[in-house]
Amino acid sequence: MNGVHDLGGTQGFGPVVIERNEPVFHSAWEARVHALQTASGHLGRWNIDMSRFARERMSPAAYLAATYYEKWLFGLETLLVERGLITANELASGRAANKTDGAAALRASDVPARFLASRSGRRHVAMPARFKAGDQVVARNINPLGHTRLPRYARGKRGEIARDHGVFVFPDTHALTRDEDPQHCYGVRFAARELWGPATPGRDSVFLDLWEDYLDAA
Amino acid sequence: MTTHDDHVREHDRPLSGPALRVKALESLLTEKGLVDPKALDELIDMYETKIGPHNGARVVARAWVDPEYKQRLLSDAGSAIEELGFGGRQGEDMVALENTPRIHNMVVCTLCSCYPWPVLGLPPVWYKSAPYRARAVIDPRGILQELGIELPDDVEVRVWDSTADLRYLVLPQRPTGTEGWSEDQLAEIVTRDSMIGVATIAPPTERRS
Repeated sequence: MNGVHDLGGTQGFGPVVIERNEPVFHSAWEARVHALQTASGHLGRWNIDMSRFARERMSPAAYLAATYYEKWLFGLETLLVERGLITANELASGRAANKTDGAAALRASDVPARFLASRSGRRHVAMPARFKAGDQVVARNINPLGHTRLPRYARGKRGEIARDHGVFVFPDTHALTRDEDPQHCYGVRFAARELWGPATPGRDSVFLDLWEDYLDAA
Repeated sequence: MTTHDDHVREHDRPLSGPALRVKALESLLTEKGLVDPKALDELIDMYETKIGPHNGARVVARAWVDPEYKQRLLSDAGSAIEELGFGGRQGEDMVALENTPRIHNMVVCTLCSCYPWPVLGLPPVWYKSAPYRARAVIDPRGILQELGIELPDDVEVRVWDSTADLRYLVLPQRPTGTEGWSEDQLAEIVTRDSMIGVATIAPPTERRS
């Protein structure tokens, strides 16, 4: 989706302001919503790509006005209702219409193992790679209504394969239907001038990690 | 018992909009047996105390004192980081990027907020905010200049947009004046921002006196 979350190259937001001695969370509710997201994710009703797509569906004006954890709260409420863990009425009223026996809930004693358990999208399956390091490629000009990890600023641009990272779950299908469609993902180097024009410093480059379905041979 | 009564006992000022919504949501999910508040406490403790840039600083300090470790880090970052006991969520597929006098690496996630949690903790607000996400790919030198880093024209800037599962850790340049320092001493001067690539580490002339 050509959403407002796809910020790369947008201008006019002002300077980057770094807060000194920043706390991990700025208030107790931020910590709670982060933990609720992890604990709810443990129930297995969605994957990380669905989580990202839920936040991306916030209206553009609301997205830009919201703090980071307000976006997380919106995404979590959206997923909980869409994936059937709670109903819209329960969310609105705050009262449970029915209850579970609690057996599925993440326990405190399981938290360290839960953190350490790999949930990488890497899949150890042998698949032929369409590209190798040094190959010239073009990022496809696609504008899907669903989730994608191909930013607008790279679409239609020429780059060079820097590295084959191996086989990973494809987010575009994973976010919509949970179909993993595993495929090679590549580190692709784009000259800054290719992306931003001749006024850009000639040596500079931007690297993106892009799946095979985002790329054509140049 | 109502959550409102709890809230009045626990806080002496009113909760804001999102704080109230989160409290209501936690109560609902707890009542439905979907979350256990004790697990939430444990998760928060992990993110506030166990993970953070102090872990990444150990990795950098080791790479600075041990050339063989540095080579392992640059060729297979995940295994090298795991040697020091760090790993887990959002750090499953790590890549280390070495800053040199010729190459300056800088990391961003333009689409959301991807960040190597096991070595750097949760990302700071500026990393997740629109100004950095928007500008890092189109004007990295402008950002660096505002943050006090003047890069000569012959230095190559490489920006890494974390669009997939790979998570990036910048290995900053070791400052002069730290020859003979212990790994522990070195870890003390490694900053979070230097491991994202928006800061350098100044020679510790004043620190040593």
